[in-house]
Amino acid sequence: MIKLENMTMVFNPGTVNENTAIRNLSMTVNKGDFITVIGSNGAGKTTLLNLISGSVFPTEGKIRIQEKDVSRTPEYQRASFIGRIFQDPTMGTAGKLSLEDNMNICYKKGFKGLKISLNAKRRKIFQQALEPLKMGLESRLKDNVGLLSGGQRQALTLLMTVLSHPELLLLDEHTAALDPRNAEIVLELTRQFISEYQLTAMMITHNMKHAIEMGNRLLMMDGGEIIFDVRGEEKQNLTVEKLVKKFHELRSKEFATDEDLLAR
Amino acid sequence: MVEGILVDGLIFALMAMGVFITFRILDFPDLTVDGSFATGAAVVTMSITGGLGIFPGLLLAFLSGAAAGTVTAVIHNRLKVPNLLAGILTMTMLYSINIRVLGGRANVALLRVDTLISRVINLGGSVPREITLLLFMIIFTGSIKLLLDLFFHTDMGITLGAMGNNEQMVISQGVNPRTMKVLGVGLSNGLVALSGAMLAQYQGFADANLGVGIVVQGLAAVMLGEFLFRSNKIGMLTLQVIFGAILYKALMFFGRYYGYYINLTPSDLKLLTGLLVIASLVIAKSRKNKPVNSSKRGGGTNA
Ligand SMILES: Nc1ncnc2c1ncn2[C@@H]1O[C@H](COP(=O)(O)OP(=O)(O)OP(=O)(O)O)[C@@H](O)[C@H]1O
Ligand SMILES: [Mg+2]
Repeated sequence: MIKLENMTMVFNPGTVNENTAIRNLSMTVNKGDFITVIGSNGAGKTTLLNLISGSVFPTEGKIRIQEKDVSRTPEYQRASFIGRIFQDPTMGTAGKLSLEDNMNICYKKGFKGLKISLNAKRRKIFQQALEPLKMGLESRLKDNVGLLSGGQRQALTLLMTVLSHPELLLLDEHTAALDPRNAEIVLELTRQFISEYQLTAMMITHNMKHAIEMGNRLLMMDGGEIIFDVRGEEKQNLTVEKLVKKFHELRSKEFATDEDLLAR
Repeated sequence: MVEGILVDGLIFALMAMGVFITFRILDFPDLTVDGSFATGAAVVTMSITGGLGIFPGLLLAFLSGAAAGTVTAVIHNRLKVPNLLAGILTMTMLYSINIRVLGGRANVALLRVDTLISRVINLGGSVPREITLLLFMIIFTGSIKLLLDLFFHTDMGITLGAMGNNEQMVISQGVNPRTMKVLGVGLSNGLVALSGAMLAQYQGFADANLGVGIVVQGLAAVMLGEFLFRSNKIGMLTLQVIFGAILYKALMFFGRYYGYYINLTPSDLKLLTGLLVIASLVIAKSRKNKPVNSSKRGGGTNA
Protein backbone atom coordinates (compact mmCIF):
# COMPACT_ATOMS: atom_id res chain seq x y z
CA MET A 1 0.00 0.00 0.00
CA ILE A 2 2.82 2.38 0.87
CA LYS A 3 6.15 1.97 -0.83
CA LEU A 4 9.38 3.74 -0.02
CA GLU A 5 12.00 3.40 -2.72
CA ASN A 6 15.64 4.21 -2.01
CA MET A 7 14.79 7.10 0.25
CA THR A 8 17.61 9.28 1.48
CA MET A 9 17.18 12.29 3.70
CA VAL A 10 20.10 14.64 4.18
CA PHE A 11 19.62 17.65 6.46
CA ASN A 12 21.60 20.81 5.78
CA PRO A 13 23.45 19.38 2.78
CA GLY A 14 26.77 20.99 1.95
CA THR A 15 27.21 22.61 5.35
CA VAL A 16 29.20 21.64 8.42
CA ASN A 17 25.90 20.48 9.90
CA GLU A 18 25.25 18.02 7.09
CA ASN A 19 23.46 15.04 8.55
CA THR A 20 22.15 11.98 6.78
CA ALA A 21 19.08 10.96 8.78
CA ILE A 22 17.79 8.30 6.37
CA ARG A 23 20.13 6.29 4.21
CA ASN A 24 18.91 4.61 1.01
CA LEU A 25 15.91 3.08 2.72
CA SER A 26 13.34 0.93 0.94
CA MET A 27 10.32 -0.73 2.46
CA THR A 28 6.69 -1.59 1.83
CA VAL A 29 3.85 -1.18 4.25
CA ASN A 30 1.07 -3.64 3.44
CA LYS A 31 -2.56 -3.04 4.12
CA GLY A 32 -3.45 -4.19 7.61
CA ASP A 33 0.14 -4.10 8.87
CA PHE A 34 0.65 -2.93 12.42
CA ILE A 35 4.33 -2.14 12.54
CA THR A 36 6.24 -1.24 15.67
CA VAL A 37 9.45 0.73 15.16
CA ILE A 38 12.36 0.77 17.59
CA GLY A 39 15.86 2.21 17.50
CA SER A 40 18.20 4.38 19.53
CA ASN A 41 17.94 8.16 19.73
CA GLY A 42 18.71 9.75 16.39
CA ALA A 43 18.25 6.49 14.50
CA GLY A 44 15.91 8.25 12.09
CA LYS A 45 12.52 6.94 13.27
CA THR A 46 10.80 10.32 13.42
CA THR A 47 12.38 11.35 10.14
CA LEU A 48 10.97 8.20 8.55
CA LEU A 49 7.45 9.17 9.66
CA ASN A 50 8.06 12.78 8.58
CA LEU A 51 8.95 11.52 5.11
CA ILE A 52 5.84 9.39 4.92
CA SER A 53 3.53 12.14 6.14
CA GLY A 54 5.19 14.75 3.95
CA SER A 55 6.37 17.21 6.57
CA VAL A 56 9.80 16.84 4.94
CA PHE A 57 10.60 15.88 1.36
CA PRO A 58 13.28 13.28 0.61
CA THR A 59 16.65 14.33 -0.77
CA GLU A 60 16.51 11.26 -2.96
CA GLY A 61 14.12 8.43 -3.58
CA LYS A 62 10.39 8.06 -4.00
CA ILE A 63 7.38 7.39 -1.87
CA ARG A 64 4.20 5.91 -3.28
CA ILE A 65 0.84 5.72 -1.61
CA GLN A 66 -1.41 3.25 -3.41
CA GLU A 67 0.90 3.31 -6.43
CA LYS A 68 0.71 7.10 -6.69
CA ASP A 69 4.02 8.94 -6.43
CA VAL A 70 3.54 11.46 -3.64
CA SER A 71 7.21 12.33 -3.06
CA ARG A 72 6.50 16.05 -3.58
CA THR A 73 2.88 16.15 -2.45
CA PRO A 74 2.47 18.61 0.43
CA GLU A 75 1.64 17.29 3.86
CA TYR A 76 -1.88 18.71 3.95
CA GLN A 77 -2.79 16.81 0.79
CA ARG A 78 -1.39 13.52 2.05
CA ALA A 79 -3.27 14.08 5.26
CA SER A 80 -6.44 12.67 3.75
CA PHE A 81 -4.72 9.25 3.81
CA ILE A 82 -2.68 9.66 6.93
CA GLY A 83 -3.52 10.17 10.57
CA ARG A 84 -0.61 11.17 12.72
CA ILE A 85 -0.16 11.45 16.45
CA PHE A 86 2.83 13.10 18.04
CA GLN A 87 4.59 12.62 21.32
CA ASP A 88 3.40 16.02 22.56
CA PRO A 89 -0.28 15.72 23.52
CA THR A 90 -0.86 19.39 22.63
CA MET A 91 0.04 18.83 18.98
CA GLY A 92 -3.10 17.00 17.96
CA THR A 93 -5.74 19.39 19.24
CA ALA A 94 -6.31 23.13 19.50
CA GLY A 95 -6.29 23.96 23.22
CA LYS A 96 -8.16 27.24 22.87
CA LEU A 97 -11.08 25.59 21.09
CA SER A 98 -13.81 23.53 22.68
CA LEU A 99 -13.92 19.76 22.47
CA GLU A 100 -16.78 19.84 20.00
CA ASP A 101 -15.04 22.35 17.75
CA ASN A 102 -11.92 20.20 17.75
CA MET A 103 -13.89 17.09 16.93
CA ASN A 104 -15.76 18.91 14.21
CA ILE A 105 -12.54 19.96 12.48
CA CYS A 106 -11.36 16.36 12.51
CA TYR A 107 -14.66 14.82 11.51
CA LYS A 108 -14.03 15.11 7.81
CA LYS A 109 -10.64 15.70 6.27
CA GLY A 110 -9.97 18.23 3.56
CA PHE A 111 -11.06 21.77 2.72
CA LYS A 112 -13.64 23.26 5.05
CA GLY A 113 -16.47 25.21 3.51
CA LEU A 114 -19.02 27.67 4.81
CA LYS A 115 -21.38 25.01 6.09
CA ILE A 116 -22.47 24.93 9.70
CA SER A 117 -22.25 21.21 10.30
CA LEU A 118 -21.89 21.23 14.07
CA ASN A 119 -25.48 20.54 15.06
CA ALA A 120 -27.34 18.50 17.64
CA LYS A 121 -26.98 15.34 15.59
CA ARG A 122 -23.23 15.82 15.30
CA ARG A 123 -22.93 16.45 19.02
CA LYS A 124 -24.77 13.22 19.71
CA ILE A 125 -22.31 11.37 17.48
CA PHE A 126 -19.41 12.99 19.33
CA GLN A 127 -20.84 12.07 22.73
CA GLN A 128 -21.33 8.46 21.72
CA ALA A 129 -17.81 8.33 20.33
CA LEU A 130 -16.36 9.75 23.56
CA GLU A 131 -18.10 7.29 25.87
CA PRO A 132 -15.78 4.33 25.24
CA LEU A 133 -12.85 6.44 26.48
CA LYS A 134 -14.45 6.30 29.94
CA MET A 135 -13.00 9.68 30.83
CA GLY A 136 -16.24 11.57 31.26
CA LEU A 137 -15.46 13.70 28.22
CA GLU A 138 -18.93 13.16 26.77
CA SER A 139 -20.30 15.72 29.21
CA ARG A 140 -17.59 18.27 28.48
CA LEU A 141 -18.16 19.06 24.80
CA LYS A 142 -18.15 22.80 25.46
CA ASP A 143 -14.99 22.81 27.54
CA ASN A 144 -11.78 24.04 26.02
CA VAL A 145 -9.43 21.20 25.22
CA GLY A 146 -6.70 23.11 27.03
CA LEU A 147 -8.43 22.17 30.29
CA LEU A 148 -7.92 18.45 29.73
CA SER A 149 -5.06 16.47 31.20
CA GLY A 150 -2.31 15.22 28.92
CA GLY A 151 -3.71 11.71 28.97
CA GLN A 152 -7.24 12.86 28.20
CA ARG A 153 -5.95 15.04 25.42
CA GLN A 154 -3.92 12.28 23.82
CA ALA A 155 -6.84 9.85 24.09
CA LEU A 156 -9.04 12.46 22.42
CA THR A 157 -6.48 12.97 19.65
CA LEU A 158 -6.35 9.23 19.11
CA LEU A 159 -10.12 9.00 18.96
CA MET A 160 -10.46 11.92 16.56
CA THR A 161 -7.77 10.50 14.31
CA VAL A 162 -9.38 7.09 14.24
CA LEU A 163 -12.82 8.53 13.51
CA SER A 164 -11.49 10.12 10.33
CA HIS A 165 -10.64 6.60 9.05
CA PRO A 166 -7.04 7.12 7.93
CA GLU A 167 -5.52 4.63 5.51
CA LEU A 168 -2.37 4.78 7.60
CA LEU A 169 -1.97 5.68 11.24
CA LEU A 170 1.41 7.05 12.33
CA LEU A 171 2.20 7.08 16.04
CA ASP A 172 5.42 8.73 17.21
CA GLU A 173 6.03 7.75 20.84
CA HIS A 174 2.52 8.94 21.47
CA THR A 175 2.50 7.75 25.08
CA ALA A 176 6.02 8.85 26.03
CA ALA A 177 4.94 12.19 27.52
CA LEU A 178 2.25 10.64 29.72
CA ASP A 179 2.44 9.30 33.26
CA PRO A 180 2.57 5.48 33.43
CA ARG A 181 -1.12 5.06 34.22
CA ASN A 182 -2.32 7.30 31.37
CA ALA A 183 0.27 5.82 29.03
CA GLU A 184 -1.20 2.40 29.71
CA ILE A 185 -4.75 3.65 29.08
CA VAL A 186 -3.85 5.32 25.80
CA LEU A 187 -1.84 2.33 24.68
CA GLU A 188 -4.74 0.02 25.42
CA LEU A 189 -7.05 2.29 23.42
CA THR A 190 -4.55 2.24 20.57
CA ARG A 191 -4.55 -1.54 20.55
CA GLN A 192 -8.34 -1.61 20.70
CA PHE A 193 -8.93 0.96 17.93
CA ILE A 194 -6.40 -0.53 15.57
CA SER A 195 -7.99 -3.95 15.73
CA GLU A 196 -11.55 -2.66 15.82
CA TYR A 197 -11.12 -0.43 12.76
CA GLN A 198 -8.57 -2.73 11.11
CA LEU A 199 -6.14 0.12 10.67
CA THR A 200 -2.76 0.01 9.04
CA ALA A 201 -0.37 1.55 11.54
CA MET A 202 3.24 2.35 12.34
CA MET A 203 4.13 2.94 15.96
CA ILE A 204 7.45 4.24 17.23
CA THR A 205 8.22 3.23 20.79
CA HIS A 206 11.16 3.09 23.13
CA ASN A 207 9.52 0.32 25.08
CA MET A 208 10.83 -2.95 23.68
CA LYS A 209 8.20 -4.94 25.50
CA HIS A 210 5.42 -3.00 23.80
CA ALA A 211 7.21 -3.27 20.47
CA ILE A 212 7.31 -7.02 20.82
CA GLU A 213 3.83 -7.53 22.20
CA MET A 214 1.97 -5.24 19.84
CA GLY A 215 1.53 -5.46 16.09
CA ASN A 216 2.40 -8.05 13.49
CA ARG A 217 5.70 -6.62 12.35
CA LEU A 218 8.72 -4.99 13.98
CA LEU A 219 11.35 -2.70 12.49
CA MET A 220 14.64 -1.91 14.14
CA MET A 221 16.41 1.18 12.89
CA ASP A 222 19.93 2.42 13.32
CA GLY A 223 21.93 5.11 11.55
CA GLY A 224 19.09 5.89 9.17
CA GLU A 225 18.67 2.31 8.03
CA ILE A 226 16.28 -0.50 8.80
CA ILE A 227 18.57 -3.15 10.19
CA PHE A 228 15.97 -5.70 11.24
CA ASP A 229 12.48 -6.37 9.89
CA VAL A 230 10.56 -9.27 11.40
CA ARG A 231 6.95 -10.30 11.14
CA GLY A 232 4.53 -13.10 11.80
CA GLU A 233 5.63 -16.02 13.85
CA GLU A 234 9.22 -14.94 14.06
CA LYS A 235 8.06 -11.75 15.72
CA GLN A 236 5.76 -13.62 18.10
CA ASN A 237 8.74 -15.54 19.37
CA LEU A 238 10.88 -12.46 20.05
CA THR A 239 11.98 -11.53 23.54
CA VAL A 240 13.75 -8.43 24.74
CA GLU A 241 16.95 -10.44 25.21
CA LYS A 242 16.80 -11.84 21.69
CA LEU A 243 16.24 -8.38 20.31
CA VAL A 244 19.24 -6.91 22.10
CA LYS A 245 21.38 -9.81 21.01
CA LYS A 246 20.21 -9.32 17.47
CA PHE A 247 21.22 -5.70 17.58
CA HIS A 248 24.74 -6.56 18.70
CA GLU A 249 25.04 -9.16 15.98
CA LEU A 250 23.91 -6.71 13.35
CA ARG A 251 25.88 -3.72 14.41
CA SER A 252 28.54 -5.17 16.70
CA LYS A 253 28.51 -1.91 18.56
CA GLU A 254 29.51 -1.54 22.16
CA PHE A 255 27.20 0.21 24.54
CA ALA A 256 27.60 0.77 28.23
CA THR A 257 24.48 -1.21 28.99
CA ASP A 258 21.78 -2.75 26.91
CA GLU A 259 19.24 -0.42 28.44
CA ASP A 260 21.07 2.57 26.98
CA LEU A 261 20.69 1.03 23.63
CA LEU A 262 17.01 0.87 23.00
CA ALA A 263 14.93 1.45 26.05
CA ARG A 264 15.05 4.90 27.52
CA MET B 1 -20.75 63.82 24.08
CA VAL B 2 -21.53 60.28 25.20
CA GLU B 3 -23.26 59.59 21.88
CA GLY B 4 -20.21 60.91 20.06
CA ILE B 5 -17.88 58.59 21.93
CA LEU B 6 -20.17 55.64 21.28
CA VAL B 7 -20.45 56.32 17.56
CA ASP B 8 -16.69 56.80 17.36
CA GLY B 9 -16.18 53.56 19.25
CA LEU B 10 -18.60 51.60 17.11
CA ILE B 11 -16.89 52.69 13.88
CA PHE B 12 -13.54 51.97 15.45
CA ALA B 13 -14.77 48.55 16.63
CA LEU B 14 -14.99 47.32 13.03
CA MET B 15 -11.26 47.87 12.72
CA ALA B 16 -10.61 46.35 16.14
CA MET B 17 -12.47 43.19 15.07
CA GLY B 18 -10.10 42.94 12.13
CA VAL B 19 -7.12 43.28 14.46
CA PHE B 20 -8.69 40.68 16.74
CA ILE B 21 -8.88 38.19 13.86
CA THR B 22 -5.22 38.49 12.95
CA PHE B 23 -3.62 39.01 16.35
CA ARG B 24 -5.82 36.77 18.43
CA ILE B 25 -7.35 34.13 16.21
CA LEU B 26 -4.71 33.67 13.53
CA ASP B 27 -1.71 34.64 15.66
CA PHE B 28 -0.54 36.58 12.61
CA PRO B 29 0.47 40.05 13.86
CA ASP B 30 -0.52 41.97 10.78
CA LEU B 31 0.58 45.57 10.22
CA THR B 32 -1.12 45.93 6.85
CA VAL B 33 -3.89 47.58 8.87
CA ASP B 34 -2.04 50.91 9.07
CA GLY B 35 -2.35 51.13 5.29
CA SER B 36 -5.61 49.37 4.58
CA PHE B 37 -7.58 51.58 6.96
CA ALA B 38 -6.80 54.62 4.80
CA THR B 39 -7.38 52.52 1.68
CA GLY B 40 -10.96 51.93 2.78
CA ALA B 41 -11.42 55.63 3.43
CA ALA B 42 -9.89 56.62 0.10
CA VAL B 43 -11.83 54.07 -1.94
CA VAL B 44 -15.22 54.99 -0.50
CA THR B 45 -14.53 58.71 -0.84
CA MET B 46 -13.52 58.46 -4.47
CA SER B 47 -16.41 56.11 -5.21
CA ILE B 48 -18.91 58.56 -3.76
CA THR B 49 -17.40 61.70 -5.27
CA GLY B 50 -16.91 59.86 -8.56
CA GLY B 51 -20.57 58.93 -8.70
CA LEU B 52 -20.24 55.17 -8.27
CA GLY B 53 -22.60 55.26 -5.33
CA ILE B 54 -22.47 54.66 -1.62
CA PHE B 55 -23.08 50.94 -1.36
CA PRO B 56 -20.90 49.90 -4.29
CA GLY B 57 -18.30 52.18 -2.71
CA LEU B 58 -18.53 50.42 0.65
CA LEU B 59 -18.31 47.02 -1.00
CA LEU B 60 -15.33 48.15 -3.04
CA ALA B 61 -13.67 49.48 0.12
CA PHE B 62 -14.11 46.12 1.84
CA LEU B 63 -12.75 44.30 -1.20
CA SER B 64 -9.71 46.53 -1.56
CA GLY B 65 -8.88 45.98 2.09
CA ALA B 66 -9.28 42.23 1.58
CA ALA B 67 -7.02 42.44 -1.45
CA ALA B 68 -4.36 44.24 0.59
CA GLY B 69 -4.56 41.55 3.25
CA THR B 70 -4.26 38.89 0.58
CA VAL B 71 -1.08 40.51 -0.71
CA THR B 72 0.43 40.37 2.79
CA ALA B 73 -0.54 36.74 3.27
CA VAL B 74 0.79 35.75 -0.14
CA ILE B 75 4.11 37.54 0.46
CA HIS B 76 4.38 35.68 3.74
CA ASN B 77 3.35 32.32 2.23
CA ARG B 78 5.32 32.37 -0.98
CA LEU B 79 8.50 34.16 0.03
CA LYS B 80 8.57 32.74 3.55
CA VAL B 81 8.92 36.28 4.87
CA PRO B 82 8.03 36.74 8.57
CA ASN B 83 4.45 37.98 8.91
CA LEU B 84 5.49 41.28 10.51
CA LEU B 85 7.74 42.14 7.58
CA ALA B 86 5.15 41.07 5.03
CA GLY B 87 2.65 43.43 6.67
CA ILE B 88 5.10 46.32 6.77
CA LEU B 89 5.87 45.83 3.08
CA THR B 90 2.21 45.99 2.07
CA MET B 91 1.55 48.89 4.43
CA THR B 92 4.40 50.89 2.90
CA MET B 93 3.25 50.20 -0.63
CA LEU B 94 -0.31 51.08 0.30
CA TYR B 95 0.74 54.58 1.29
CA SER B 96 1.63 55.34 -2.34
CA ILE B 97 -1.44 53.53 -3.61
CA ASN B 98 -3.74 55.44 -1.28
CA ILE B 99 -2.45 58.77 -2.58
CA ARG B 100 -2.98 57.50 -6.13
CA VAL B 101 -6.52 56.52 -5.25
CA LEU B 102 -7.09 59.99 -3.85
CA GLY B 103 -6.04 61.39 -7.22
CA GLY B 104 -2.54 62.40 -6.17
CA ARG B 105 -3.74 64.33 -3.14
CA ALA B 106 -3.11 63.61 0.53
CA ASN B 107 -6.73 64.24 1.41
CA VAL B 108 -10.09 64.63 -0.25
CA ALA B 109 -13.21 66.09 1.33
CA LEU B 110 -16.66 64.57 1.21
CA LEU B 111 -18.53 67.86 1.36
CA ARG B 112 -21.94 68.52 -0.15
CA VAL B 113 -22.31 64.90 -1.28
CA ASP B 114 -24.62 62.22 -0.04
CA THR B 115 -22.94 59.68 2.20
CA LEU B 116 -24.37 56.80 4.16
CA ILE B 117 -24.03 58.92 7.27
CA SER B 118 -25.81 61.97 5.83
CA ARG B 119 -28.58 59.77 4.49
CA VAL B 120 -29.10 58.14 7.84
CA ILE B 121 -29.25 61.52 9.54
CA ASN B 122 -31.87 62.69 7.02
CA LEU B 123 -33.82 59.52 7.63
CA GLY B 124 -33.94 60.37 11.32
CA GLY B 125 -36.00 63.49 10.62
CA SER B 126 -36.47 65.46 13.80
CA VAL B 127 -34.62 62.96 16.00
CA PRO B 128 -31.31 64.50 17.16
CA ARG B 129 -28.62 63.51 14.69
CA GLU B 130 -26.34 62.01 17.33
CA ILE B 131 -29.10 59.67 18.48
CA THR B 132 -29.97 58.61 14.93
CA LEU B 133 -26.34 57.97 14.16
CA LEU B 134 -25.85 56.02 17.36
CA LEU B 135 -28.84 53.78 16.63
CA PHE B 136 -27.61 53.25 13.11
CA MET B 137 -24.08 52.38 14.16
CA ILE B 138 -25.36 49.94 16.77
CA ILE B 139 -27.28 48.17 14.02
CA PHE B 140 -24.41 48.40 11.52
CA THR B 141 -21.58 47.20 13.76
CA GLY B 142 -23.93 44.75 15.48
CA SER B 143 -24.86 43.15 12.15
CA ILE B 144 -21.22 42.82 11.14
CA LYS B 145 -20.48 41.27 14.52
CA LEU B 146 -23.30 38.76 14.10
CA LEU B 147 -22.17 37.88 10.59
CA LEU B 148 -18.67 37.35 11.92
CA ASP B 149 -19.98 35.14 14.72
CA LEU B 150 -21.91 33.13 12.16
CA PHE B 151 -18.79 32.74 10.06
CA PHE B 152 -16.85 31.43 13.05
CA HIS B 153 -19.50 28.76 13.52
CA THR B 154 -19.01 27.37 10.03
CA ASP B 155 -16.53 24.57 9.39
CA MET B 156 -14.21 27.06 7.76
CA GLY B 157 -14.50 29.50 10.63
CA ILE B 158 -13.81 26.88 13.27
CA THR B 159 -10.77 25.74 11.33
CA LEU B 160 -9.57 29.32 11.12
CA GLY B 161 -9.96 29.41 14.89
CA ALA B 162 -7.57 26.48 15.20
CA MET B 163 -4.95 28.06 12.94
CA GLY B 164 -3.30 30.43 15.36
CA ASN B 165 -3.51 27.85 18.08
CA ASN B 166 -2.19 24.77 16.34
CA GLU B 167 -1.23 25.02 12.70
CA GLN B 168 0.01 21.44 12.67
CA MET B 169 -3.45 20.21 13.55
CA VAL B 170 -4.97 22.16 10.67
CA ILE B 171 -2.43 20.63 8.29
CA SER B 172 -3.07 17.17 9.70
CA GLN B 173 -6.74 17.59 8.90
CA GLY B 174 -5.98 18.09 5.25
CA VAL B 175 -6.39 21.85 5.14
CA ASN B 176 -3.88 24.08 3.39
CA PRO B 177 -2.66 26.53 6.05
CA ARG B 178 -1.70 29.06 3.38
CA THR B 179 -5.29 29.26 2.17
CA MET B 180 -6.46 29.83 5.73
CA LYS B 181 -3.97 32.66 6.19
CA VAL B 182 -5.11 34.36 3.00
CA LEU B 183 -8.72 34.03 4.14
CA GLY B 184 -8.06 35.30 7.64
CA VAL B 185 -5.78 38.21 6.82
CA GLY B 186 -8.04 39.11 3.88
CA LEU B 187 -11.17 39.13 6.00
CA SER B 188 -9.40 41.12 8.70
CA ASN B 189 -8.26 43.86 6.35
CA GLY B 190 -11.65 43.93 4.67
CA LEU B 191 -13.15 44.86 8.03
CA VAL B 192 -10.39 47.38 8.66
CA ALA B 193 -11.05 49.06 5.32
CA LEU B 194 -14.77 49.09 6.00
CA SER B 195 -14.04 50.83 9.27
CA GLY B 196 -11.91 53.41 7.46
CA ALA B 197 -14.71 53.88 4.93
CA MET B 198 -17.24 54.58 7.69
CA LEU B 199 -14.88 56.99 9.42
CA ALA B 200 -14.28 58.94 6.20
CA GLN B 201 -18.01 59.45 5.80
CA TYR B 202 -18.44 60.32 9.46
CA GLN B 203 -15.70 62.94 9.54
CA GLY B 204 -16.32 64.07 5.97
CA PHE B 205 -12.93 63.45 4.41
CA ALA B 206 -10.36 60.80 3.57
CA ASP B 207 -6.72 61.27 4.42
CA ALA B 208 -3.74 59.21 3.35
CA ASN B 209 -2.40 59.39 6.90
CA LEU B 210 -5.63 58.26 8.49
CA GLY B 211 -4.31 54.86 9.51
CA VAL B 212 -0.95 55.78 10.97
CA GLY B 213 -0.61 53.96 14.28
CA ILE B 214 -4.09 52.50 14.05
CA VAL B 215 -3.01 48.89 14.50
CA VAL B 216 -1.67 49.65 17.97
CA GLN B 217 -4.92 51.40 18.80
CA GLY B 218 -6.84 48.36 17.63
CA LEU B 219 -4.65 46.15 19.76
CA ALA B 220 -5.25 48.41 22.74
CA ALA B 221 -8.99 48.05 22.21
CA VAL B 222 -8.74 44.27 21.95
CA MET B 223 -6.70 44.08 25.15
CA LEU B 224 -9.00 46.42 27.07
CA GLY B 225 -11.92 44.23 26.03
CA GLU B 226 -10.18 41.13 27.30
CA PHE B 227 -10.10 42.57 30.81
CA LEU B 228 -13.88 42.89 30.90
CA PHE B 229 -14.84 39.21 31.16
CA ARG B 230 -13.61 35.77 30.16
CA SER B 231 -15.22 33.41 27.73
CA ASN B 232 -14.37 30.89 25.02
CA LYS B 233 -17.46 31.68 22.97
CA ILE B 234 -16.83 33.62 19.80
CA GLY B 235 -19.95 35.73 20.27
CA MET B 236 -18.62 36.89 23.61
CA LEU B 237 -15.14 37.50 22.26
CA THR B 238 -16.38 39.77 19.45
CA LEU B 239 -18.58 41.57 21.98
CA GLN B 240 -15.48 42.13 24.10
CA VAL B 241 -13.78 43.73 21.13
CA ILE B 242 -16.67 46.14 20.61
CA PHE B 243 -16.76 47.09 24.29
CA GLY B 244 -12.99 47.42 24.28
CA ALA B 245 -13.13 49.74 21.28
CA ILE B 246 -15.70 51.97 22.96
CA LEU B 247 -13.73 51.95 26.18
CA TYR B 248 -10.60 52.91 24.30
CA LYS B 249 -12.33 55.80 22.58
CA ALA B 250 -13.70 56.96 25.92
CA LEU B 251 -10.26 56.86 27.50
CA MET B 252 -8.79 58.81 24.62
CA PHE B 253 -11.60 61.32 24.85
CA PHE B 254 -10.88 61.93 28.49
CA GLY B 255 -7.18 62.01 27.72
CA ARG B 256 -7.83 64.80 25.27
CA TYR B 257 -10.40 66.58 27.41
CA TYR B 258 -8.72 66.54 30.76
CA GLY B 259 -5.18 66.02 29.54
CA TYR B 260 -5.25 69.70 28.72
CA TYR B 261 -4.91 70.46 32.40
CA ILE B 262 -1.69 68.51 32.66
CA ASN B 263 -0.38 69.88 29.39
CA LEU B 264 -1.19 66.86 27.21
CA THR B 265 -1.71 67.66 23.55
CA PRO B 266 -3.53 65.50 20.97
CA SER B 267 -0.16 64.42 19.64
CA ASP B 268 0.54 62.79 23.01
CA LEU B 269 -2.34 60.34 22.53
CA LYS B 270 -0.22 57.88 20.57
CA LEU B 271 2.19 57.80 23.48
CA LEU B 272 -0.75 57.18 25.81
CA THR B 273 -1.99 54.39 23.55
CA GLY B 274 1.39 52.71 23.54
CA LEU B 275 1.60 52.97 27.32
CA LEU B 276 -1.90 51.53 27.55
CA VAL B 277 -0.86 48.50 25.50
CA ILE B 278 2.27 48.04 27.59
CA ALA B 279 0.24 48.29 30.81
CA SER B 280 -2.23 45.74 29.45
CA LEU B 281 0.62 43.40 28.57
CA VAL B 282 2.06 43.75 32.07
CA ILE B 283 -1.30 43.06 33.71
CA ALA B 284 -2.04 40.14 31.39
CA LYS B 285 1.39 38.69 32.16
CA SER B 286 1.03 38.96 35.90
CA ARG B 287 -2.38 37.32 35.64
CA LYS B 288 -0.97 34.45 33.65
CA ASN B 289 1.76 33.85 36.21
CA LYS B 290 -0.80 33.46 38.94
CA PRO B 291 -1.64 29.83 39.55
CA VAL B 292 -5.01 29.10 38.00
CA ASN B 293 -7.42 26.69 39.61
CA SER B 294 -6.49 23.42 38.01
CA SER B 295 -9.76 22.13 36.70
CA LYS B 296 -9.27 18.49 35.89
CA ARG B 297 -12.02 15.99 35.68
CA GLY B 298 -15.67 16.82 35.94
CA GLY B 299 -15.33 20.59 36.04
CA GLY B 300 -18.11 21.99 33.95
CA THR B 301 -16.94 25.56 33.67
CA ASN B 302 -15.83 27.28 30.53
CA ALA B 303 -12.55 29.12 30.75
N1 LIG C 1 14.82 19.21 10.90
C1 LIG C 1 16.05 18.67 11.10
N2 LIG C 1 17.15 19.37 10.78
C2 LIG C 1 18.37 18.85 10.95
N3 LIG C 1 18.60 17.61 11.43
C3 LIG C 1 17.54 16.86 11.77
C4 LIG C 1 16.21 17.35 11.63
N4 LIG C 1 15.35 16.39 12.04
C5 LIG C 1 16.11 15.35 12.43
N5 LIG C 1 17.43 15.62 12.26
C6 LIG C 1 18.53 14.71 12.55
O1 LIG C 1 18.26 13.48 11.94
C7 LIG C 1 18.67 12.41 12.78
C8 LIG C 1 17.51 11.48 13.03
O2 LIG C 1 16.55 12.15 13.85
P1 LIG C 1 15.17 11.54 14.25
O3 LIG C 1 14.41 12.61 14.92
O4 LIG C 1 14.55 10.93 13.06
O5 LIG C 1 15.59 10.41 15.28
P2 LIG C 1 14.65 9.46 16.14
O6 LIG C 1 15.01 8.08 15.74
O7 LIG C 1 13.26 9.85 16.03
O8 LIG C 1 15.22 9.75 17.59
P3 LIG C 1 14.46 9.87 18.99
O9 LIG C 1 14.35 8.48 19.51
O10 LIG C 1 15.37 10.69 19.81
O11 LIG C 1 13.14 10.52 18.75
C9 LIG C 1 19.24 13.03 14.04
O12 LIG C 1 20.63 13.07 13.92
C10 LIG C 1 18.68 14.41 14.03
O13 LIG C 1 19.54 15.31 14.64
MG1 LIG D 1 11.79 10.70 17.37
